[in-house]
Amino acid sequence: MTVIGVIGAGVMGVGVAQNLAQTGHDVVLVDKDERVLQEALATIGRNTRMSRLMGGPALDPDEVLSRITTAVGVANAAKADLVIENVTENWDIKREVYETLDAECGPDTVFVVNTSAIPITKVAAVTGRPDKVIGVHFMNPVPAKPAVELIPGFHTSPDTVQRTRDLLTAMGKKAIDVKDSCGFVSNRVLMLTVNEAAYLVHEGVATAESVDEVFRSCFGHPMGPLETADLIGVDTILYSVEVLHEHYADSKYRPCPLLKQMTDAGLHGRKSGRGFYTYDTQN
Amino acid sequence: MSTTVKSQILDFIRGRYPQAEINESQDIFALGFVNSLFAMELVMFVEKTFDVTIPNEELRIDNFRTADAMSRLVSRLATDLAIA
Repeated sequence: MTVIGVIGAGVMGVGVAQNLAQTGHDVVLVDKDERVLQEALATIGRNTRMSRLMGGPALDPDEVLSRITTAVGVANAAKADLVIENVTENWDIKREVYETLDAECGPDTVFVVNTSAIPITKVAAVTGRPDKVIGVHFMNPVPAKPAVELIPGFHTSPDTVQRTRDLLTAMGKKAIDVKDSCGFVSNRVLMLTVNEAAYLVHEGVATAESVDEVFRSCFGHPMGPLETADLIGVDTILYSVEVLHEHYADSKYRPCPLLKQMTDAGLHGRKSGRGFYTYDTQN
Repeated sequence: MSTTVKSQILDFIRGRYPQAEINESQDIFALGFVNSLFAMELVMFVEKTFDVTIPNEELRIDNFRTADAMSRLVSRLATDLAIA
């Protein structure tokens, strides 16, 4: 039986684990913090329960949860046939995770990097298996989003691409092929947009509400960029902009000071109850 | 009771969408107010405010389309609770 390792039980890891479990896969969900894992299971239980109301399939929370085991420490993904890594978009943290995975997992295990910005070839280079490292940029909320960006690195083998495609198909996802480039398509555009939107608020040109209203009412987007930032996580936005800035050494990616201040102040968006907007914290 | 339930639900929806003019019989799904996050907030709000647990089989769009429908759901669950 195939086991999929999911590393990191944050917003993305939880979505990936749920999506895998509800499509019949056995999952080992790993984090460094037991408390985070318990919260993750509670969230998955709640989300699967809500699935039908949100236009998704009718799901049995107990059945979905029965396919997920949790464990503290990356080494617990050692037996997985394929690992999907979803840790913080911070290079030092990612590098350490991949060094551990490479040492602990079998030689045939494929590593899927779920990143919004970090180049796949750079991740592959810290492992002894660059042919088995591939990028998949999942969108949030993972179970509800029908497509992903699929990003082979420089050395990724056709077999690894095929195994990943097969898994994505089984998860109900359409893969959109994108070449390896920091930020891919989605975040080269989205992060600049969110960053510029934050500058508008920072400079007092418009309120967050007004910025989002322009996107919703004038452009017909379902959500404005700052609502989107709150959904993704303001801290994650900042890390992603910083990664783009560092990688391209181009001042057009300079992070807005407001994003830094909000991150320092704990205004991380929906997950912390407050970002550009304020939310009820019961979930 | 149901009038209070209805008005509390309407207040909650209006709190989230201040510009919206909605009444108790309008379909909030058809009006496009309900995205996945709002649906969850709505369920959490109903469960917490009226101290009920909505069984999984009742988590259907038909039960949440209007403030009327939600109010009926709450009454039904509260009755079940009283019987149990």
